[in-house]
This record gives sequence, structure tokens and C-alpha cells, in this order.
Amino acid sequence: MNEIVEGLLAAAGLIVSLDPELVDITFRSLQVTITAVVIAAAIGLPLGAWLAVMRFRARRLVIAVLNALMGLPPVVVGLIVYVLLSRSGPFGVFGLLFTPTAMIIAQVIIVTPLIASIAHQAIRDLWAEYHDLLISLNTSKRQRVATLLWDARRALLTACLAGFGRGIGEVGAIMIVGGNIDHATRVLTTAIALETGKGNFALALGLGFVLIALAIAVNLVIHSLSRTERSGIW
Amino acid sequence: MVRSILPLRIDAAEVRRGGARLIGPIDLTLGKTDVTIVLGPNGSGKTSLLRLMHGLERAAKGRVDWSIPEADARARRAFVFQTPTMMRRSVTDSIAYALTVSGTKRSHARDRAREMARKIGLAHALDRSARVLSGGEKQKLAVARALIREPEVLFLDEPCANLDGRATREIETILADAKARRTRIVMSTHDLGQARRLADDVVFMLNGCVHETGVAESFFSTPETPEARAFLNGQIVE
Repeated sequence: MNEIVEGLLAAAGLIVSLDPELVDITFRSLQVTITAVVIAAAIGLPLGAWLAVMRFRARRLVIAVLNALMGLPPVVVGLIVYVLLSRSGPFGVFGLLFTPTAMIIAQVIIVTPLIASIAHQAIRDLWAEYHDLLISLNTSKRQRVATLLWDARRALLTACLAGFGRGIGEVGAIMIVGGNIDHATRVLTTAIALETGKGNFALALGLGFVLIALAIAVNLVIHSLSRTERSGIW
Repeated sequence: MVRSILPLRIDAAEVRRGGARLIGPIDLTLGKTDVTIVLGPNGSGKTSLLRLMHGLERAAKGRVDWSIPEADARARRAFVFQTPTMMRRSVTDSIAYALTVSGTKRSHARDRAREMARKIGLAHALDRSARVLSGGEKQKLAVARALIREPEVLFLDEPCANLDGRATREIETILADAKARRTRIVMSTHDLGQARRLADDVVFMLNGCVHETGVAESFFSTPETPEARAFLNGQIVE
């Protein structure tokens, strides 16, 4: 209990003093996760909509695999990305291992199935509602996907926020591919793991509280900007 | 001179679902008369017939042919559903949507949508969510969304089924205006009063088949079949 209180005090101290190291790893955490979520959304949202609208033979199998990939173990993803990006791997020539780019790649792999799966479920329901209307208006498949993505934007925002939540709290994959290098690839979660390993529980907890506060703040800002709870039934 | 998509010829067409026959075999020709009313008891196949004509249902057997290729004809007809689908957009954007998906620039589409909304009595709700409108307003929006593309043929599936007298009159006024602008209207209803007010032609459906067709005046005064006569007399027809 004492350590939790100390953790809270440490968090307050770090925030109030705008500790340069804290600011550095917080910005890196945001940079890595937001970039990963933007890329994952660019892939996952159209994929989810496409799966809702299209009918093809292996559709159910693809959806089942996508749903299963939501539970993809980050450590395994980290390991695979590590092998692919290591010097002897197929993409070793790019020298991406132990860089924020490698961390973004790992997070994109982890977050994309989550966003695509939630998007698919939201858009599938909307498609059931819009089906006859969009067909009767003689829309093309591309127009249907675009319409569904736009009209389901609130639910899709939730999908993106779920992706952000998974990404910002992720430690296994980015520890492996990023290496937790000070001033280079250290982020909040890997810093917490490091401080815990050193037995510095108060600082680790402090960083943990900062991480939670950050996740809540991002959610509040996004909801506020998108006026989710304000503009009636859309 | 743009070639008309009419007449529509339906030749021995059947609609099936899950192996079971929904309607058919249907033989029907839709000429250039102004308003055709599809009459019949519940479950007689009125909705399925309209959906077949508009291309929302495929003919499992037989043919449905417009006078021009289907791909061209499709863009020149519109459909209003019994329960209108309201998009998660404002009234203006919901009406404008029908134009933007057919290639009209968004700003121009919105201008025309506002004009149309004012014309049909939705001026007070231009920026409101379409989903919070009343039942009558939703149906007016659906009709406006269908008419804004100036279709040659407009299908309406019991558009006034859940509306009160005032809302029904407003919809009928919009349809009368569309008829005056040479829009061919094909509408299903089981409201005989409405059928008498609007119909030029009648298609009477029973058990998934076209049971009787005719000019409205003679259909209502001297129906040919006992089933149609019984239906017009308010008896239960099965």
C-alpha cells in the first residue's frame, strides 16, 4: 500500500517538474502508438468494411482468422518481427531493428486485427440496415464501403481507441524489437519494466500512473473533438 | 431525345427464397400510364413484385426486361421502402446523398437537397439528424431522396402504411406533383381509398401471382374476378 502512495507521489512529482526524461519517453510512446494506430486504421477500417460488404467463398474463414488474431500474443509478434528485421533476416538490409520504426511495425501487426474486427462488426450491423437503400440507389461497391465507413464513424472511432489502448499498454513486442534503448526506443511501458527489474517500484508505479493518465487523456480529447456524446442520434 | 426505359416486360418471372416460391410466375407489362397501384391482401406478393421490378430481387426463372439495358435503366428508377432507412446524416445530407453517389458535386447536391427539402415541407429540419424525424417526416425524406434524381419510374412500397391522414395527404401531394412532372409511379397499398384516389391502372395480386389487371375505373366499378370483387367489398381474401 505504501508503495502505491509513493508511486502516486512520484507520478505527481514527475508531472509537476516536467521531468525531461519523462517528457521524452511519453512523447516517444505517443509517437509510436499514434503512428501505429493511424496505419492500422488505414488498413483495418477498409478491411472491416470490405469484409462486411463483400461475399466470397472464404469470407467466414477470413473473419474467423481475423477475430482469432485479436488475441495475437505480442511477444510472438515481437519475435517474428525481430527475426524479419535482424541482420540475417529478409529485411535486415533496412537496419530497422532497435528503432522506433520497428516498434511501429510490431504494433501495427498487433493492432490491425483488433481495429479490423471491431470495425467489421460495427459495419456489418450498419450494412444490414443500409443494404436495400444503397442497392436501390445504384451505388458502386466502393461507394458502399465509403458510405458505411463515414456513417459508422463513431463506432469506428471506438475501434481506433481500443487499438490505441492495446498499443500504448503493449510491452512484450516493443521490448524485443525496440531494445529499450535510452533516448532512442525507451517508452513508458518498457521504462516501467526496467524500473521494476531494478526494484525501483515507486518510480515504476509513478510511470504506470502517468501511462494510465495519458490513455485517459487521449480518450477524452478524441471524444471531445468528435463530440461523441453531444450531437444526438447520428 | 433520351429513350424511355419503359415499357417493362415481365415474362414468367419467379422469385424464390430458400427454395420456396415467393411470387410467380408473373407475366406483366408496365406501359407509360401515370400511376399503377399494386393491390392485394397481406402476403400476396406486392412488395416482392416491386422489388423484382426494381432489381432488388433476382428472377429465379423467367425474364424482367426494360426497354434499354438494365445497367442504364437502373439509374433511372428509384424505390421508397415501407420502413424508410434513415442514414446517420442530416436531412440535407441524406437527400443530397442520392445525388452525390450519381456524380453530382457535393455543394451543388446540397443546394438542390435544401431546395427539395423546403418544397416537401422539411425546411424546419434541414440540419437535424434524419433519424430523429417523425414517421411522416421520415417518409417524406425518403420520397424526396428518391425524387431528387428525377427518376423516370418511382416504386413505392406502401409508403403511407404507418402514417396518419395528414401525413398521407402530404405524401400524396408530393406524388401528384411528381406525376405532373411525368414520373411514372408504381405503388403498392392495401388502402383502397388511396388506391381509388391515385390509380390509373391496377394490378391485383393474390397468392404470389397477378390475379387481375385493368384500368382503375373499370377495376373498381366492375372487377372481373370474384376474389377482386370480394377484396373491394372488404371481405377477407386468401
